Amino acid sequence: MGRLSMSAVPMDQPLVMGAVGMMVIGGLVVIAGLTYFRLWGWLWFEWMTSIDHKKIGVMYVLLALVMLLRGFSDAIMMRAQQALASTGGAGYLPPEHYDQVFTAHGVIMIFFMAMPFIVGLMNFGVPLQIGARDVAFPYLNNFGFWLTASGALLVNLSLGVGNFARTGWLAYPPLSELPFSPDVGVDYYIWALQIAGLGTLLTGVNIIATILKMRTPGMTLMRMPVFTWTALCANILIVAAFPILTATLALLALDRYFGMHFFSNDAGGSPMMYVSLIWTWGHPEVYILVLPCFGVFSEVIATYSGKPLFGYKSMVYATISITVLSFLVWLHHFFTMGSGADVNAFFGISTMIIAIPTGVKIFNWLFTMYRGRVQFTPPVLWTIGFIITFTIGGMSGMLMAVPGADFVLHNSLFLVAHFHNVIIGGVMFGCMAGFNYWFPKVFGFKLDERLGKVSFWCWFVGFYLAFMPLYALGLMGMTRRLEHVDNPVWHVYLVIAAIGAAVIACGIGATILQIAYSIWKRDELRDVTGDPWNARTLEWSVSSPPPLYNYATLPVVHSIDAYWEEKREGLDHRQLPSYTKIHMPHNTGTGVILSGFITLLGFGLIWHIWWLVVLCFIATVATAVAHSFDEHRNYDIPAAEVTATEGKYFKQLAAKV
Amino acid sequence: MSVASHADTPLAATAAHDHADSHEDGSLTILGFWIYLMSDCILFASLFAAFAVLRDQTAGGPSARDIFDIPYVAVETACLLVSSFTYGLAMIAVERRNKAWVLRWLVITILLGLSFVGLEVHEFIHLTSEGSGPDRSAFLSAFFTLVATHGIHVTSGMIWMSVLIGHVMYRGLTPANRTRLMCLSLFWHFLDIVWIGVFTVVYLLGVA
Amino acid sequence: MDLGTIHDFLVLNPKGPIGADEKDLMILATVLMLIVVLPVFALTLYFAWHYRASNTKATYAPNWSHSGKIEAVCWLVPFVIVGILGTVCWISTQRLDPFRPIASDVKPIEVEVVSLDWKWLFIYPDLKIASVNELAFPVGTPVHFRITSGSVMNAFFIPQLGSQIYTMSAMQTQVNLLASEAGDYTGFSANFSGDGFSDMSFDAKAMSEGDFEGWVKNARASKDSLTLASYRQLAQPSERAPVAYYGDIEPHVFHDVLNQCADGSLCRDDAMRFASLQETYDGRLALCTPAKPRGL
Repeated sequence: MGRLSMSAVPMDQPLVMGAVGMMVIGGLVVIAGLTYFRLWGWLWFEWMTSIDHKKIGVMYVLLALVMLLRGFSDAIMMRAQQALASTGGAGYLPPEHYDQVFTAHGVIMIFFMAMPFIVGLMNFGVPLQIGARDVAFPYLNNFGFWLTASGALLVNLSLGVGNFARTGWLAYPPLSELPFSPDVGVDYYIWALQIAGLGTLLTGVNIIATILKMRTPGMTLMRMPVFTWTALCANILIVAAFPILTATLALLALDRYFGMHFFSNDAGGSPMMYVSLIWTWGHPEVYILVLPCFGVFSEVIATYSGKPLFGYKSMVYATISITVLSFLVWLHHFFTMGSGADVNAFFGISTMIIAIPTGVKIFNWLFTMYRGRVQFTPPVLWTIGFIITFTIGGMSGMLMAVPGADFVLHNSLFLVAHFHNVIIGGVMFGCMAGFNYWFPKVFGFKLDERLGKVSFWCWFVGFYLAFMPLYALGLMGMTRRLEHVDNPVWHVYLVIAAIGAAVIACGIGATILQIAYSIWKRDELRDVTGDPWNARTLEWSVSSPPPLYNYATLPVVHSIDAYWEEKREGLDHRQLPSYTKIHMPHNTGTGVILSGFITLLGFGLIWHIWWLVVLCFIATVATAVAHSFDEHRNYDIPAAEVTATEGKYFKQLAAKV
Repeated sequence: MSVASHADTPLAATAAHDHADSHEDGSLTILGFWIYLMSDCILFASLFAAFAVLRDQTAGGPSARDIFDIPYVAVETACLLVSSFTYGLAMIAVERRNKAWVLRWLVITILLGLSFVGLEVHEFIHLTSEGSGPDRSAFLSAFFTLVATHGIHVTSGMIWMSVLIGHVMYRGLTPANRTRLMCLSLFWHFLDIVWIGVFTVVYLLGVA
Repeated sequence: MDLGTIHDFLVLNPKGPIGADEKDLMILATVLMLIVVLPVFALTLYFAWHYRASNTKATYAPNWSHSGKIEAVCWLVPFVIVGILGTVCWISTQRLDPFRPIASDVKPIEVEVVSLDWKWLFIYPDLKIASVNELAFPVGTPVHFRITSGSVMNAFFIPQLGSQIYTMSAMQTQVNLLASEAGDYTGFSANFSGDGFSDMSFDAKAMSEGDFEGWVKNARASKDSLTLASYRQLAQPSERAPVAYYGDIEPHVFHDVLNQCADGSLCRDDAMRFASLQETYDGRLALCTPAKPRGL
């Protein structure tokens, strides 16, 4: 069994075993529930094997919400440790654990919370917005989801079997090389990310092909909703940037497994090269996360202002220029590595230039509200909260874009405050806005608004309580990733930050409550028309939830905000006397099975169980080859069924009127 | 100005049908494959970049000039380039729906590919046995990895080619199989182009 | 509840010209950005409030979504601000290049720095002493640091004096700092380097000439000597290392650490020199051949 043995389970560490225990109990509760309610068949046939982009989108967001809890508990642990251990005491979390916690926090939040969340929103929203029936490659879509889940599983497994990396979320060498990280932690890191990264790459290919080739007739690129534009640009970034991550982690793995010298301290290796390569991926990554969220804000603010988005063309050009520029700034993450003044200055200036199109977007959102009728629904609160919060984060970013300033701020809590400022203010708020906005479309009933507002205010207030003290601490000279420190002034700010984290926890609790309450009250919150917000884009022209095939007949489009135009001309919701049959792909279990083998393959690589590696590799290839011989990929939804489904929807509409 | 926007026109019904058909002519699959190939291109670009940075880090061990045997590599290259040509001939046979010749040219391509990989593996074993393996220095790590990554891609291509031979034997030159052969064609030629990059940047510039 | 005073904000309270320059830069950049940011905040709150749905008195223009003039301003103003900031960026980056010596009439002090797990070694090559976790220098004297790492990547940082810089094994980097006021300043590593990272701090003491001579004399009194053997001992991983002094040093210790031959193996610079001298003879590399029996 390679280097795996019973000693891999940290029996002697009560804190870890407690967390593992909770996760195991949680898992057992779910399994018990599924068994008691006889839902295994439903789970497998309706969800796990589904190639329907809508269901895959839901599964991605569910994964994200679950991993949010995991990543956030890491955050609470860190804030608690720093609050408790800042007056000379040791706190409760020794360094060998604390170091894993902050590493896991970053890895989980970026790769297994933020990425799945926005991929889920894009998966659900893009085909509907462009009038398509699914994505270009539905089976690959399912496979991509399960690869991401597989990576998440490996990270969670590291808690109870072995340990996770203790290197920070980007695992810089030489610390991540064998001499300084001899245990399985970095290997868990590498393989979880390689597997999940493959899934993300598949999503990138899928959504680009979908947007380029499957738009409904009449929808030229410049008539697409802005969310789809941002999705296109984000996925172009995925296809261009993720291979760099794959290559870099592979090189690190080669160093660790074969004694090579890409990043080692000796024999000519260059840790600097790792830093450069990983950030060449890392910077586009943050734009991958934030661009779709910009798209969400665009949709939300236009819908709830009752006005078209201001400056559509400008927004598109700004998005495209951000996409291109995001590849030209990566060195600002390591100004202090010593590249020399010319290089540093170039990248400082390029970083500032990227602020221009971002600023344009903010102005355009403001002028969308201008002379509109703004409803303060939760998505709008998230949007306004974003504008204010993200602007502050952008300011601190611009500050650090000046190398001279960065020299005293790099790696301090000021930096930590900056990136949380833009990621929470931009990505988190955007995901929450999108979640609230599209929830009725997905499930057929709205989310309770009051609890939505409670959640927003807790997040908003909690964020400022948690991170403004960190800006101050950075200016006071506190560096990041400290497990203990002895400074009574810093202690006060750290306690305030911990309180902020607790307030954010209330925000997360409010969201969970909101979901539960809304499910309970779903009949009162029902969305019968499919258009609860009087919205502008095509996804709101079908029922909530949409039928399996999305559109019984593909809409023909003449302008931006196609659905709004249809409504204006009285051409929306016209029932046909009869419909034709619709060709749809079958569900398939291949994605789940392949990912299962790949997970075991990853596990074998981590623990050096070579027979398992060989076996699973062969099994994976064999399964993929077998799947290629499956000729029964598609089926037809009979015309009668389509007619019946549409009939039911139109009856519902008539009853509402 | 507003044409009837929904589907009581034959136009939209045709559009619905068209979408099903676009899956038949394979253009969507081929576009998707191109996008994947571009991501693979960036993967190789990263490895080229790493090689460029580390090419002088010989750590007291052998440098390019000491280990590269250009005539040997020229033979390897010829195998690969000819295999691209024979695959092209296979694609012409596909156009002509000549199943027998498609299979023959694919087999010949695989044989040439095996020669390429065989020669490469032989070079690696020789270097490693005399102490110039990938763990000797950063230069050697970068060299082995770039060349071997290409070799692994070629090997995967040959496995895929064998599977496709199976597909074609089983069902003939169906539209689905023709699309698959087209994708593999893109893959195979792409690897050829990458090899020309490797041959130039690693071998020729290394001994210059 | 001690929220501290301005003096606790080390980065805003520099004690040297580099730090002061960097602080001024931060203030300038912030002010320039507020020119855009404050109107954004004002407009956000004003628009959201004035155009709230319940305010039916406000103009409602449901079809208005374009204005060339507004667009022009939206693109132009950030452009101008970035243009100014960019110029400031270029000039200041050149001026604050860590490698640039500080213009001064006083001769700089040379200090060699090695980051270890999890402590700092400071070698004074001209004074022939060394210290662990304590750095001292005279006020008003430029200090020229040459820096490497004996293990993983760290960052050498004294916030009140200015610029930090990464330390990397087998590489030598530099930073030039100066303290214009006497005092004890905290220094630490600003790049996470493992389990003992939190205790990897040192004291940077700026003192008068007289006090500095006293400090040097005290260090010289130590019986410990910095040799390759005692360096190897020091380089063993340890946490919360106490302040220590070496009364005398072997002059090549820093060179050997930098060239990765502190353990007695072949130094990298020698290895590279030999490699360039070697020729291929009989299929192998050799320093001497029959034609050149005594090598080069």
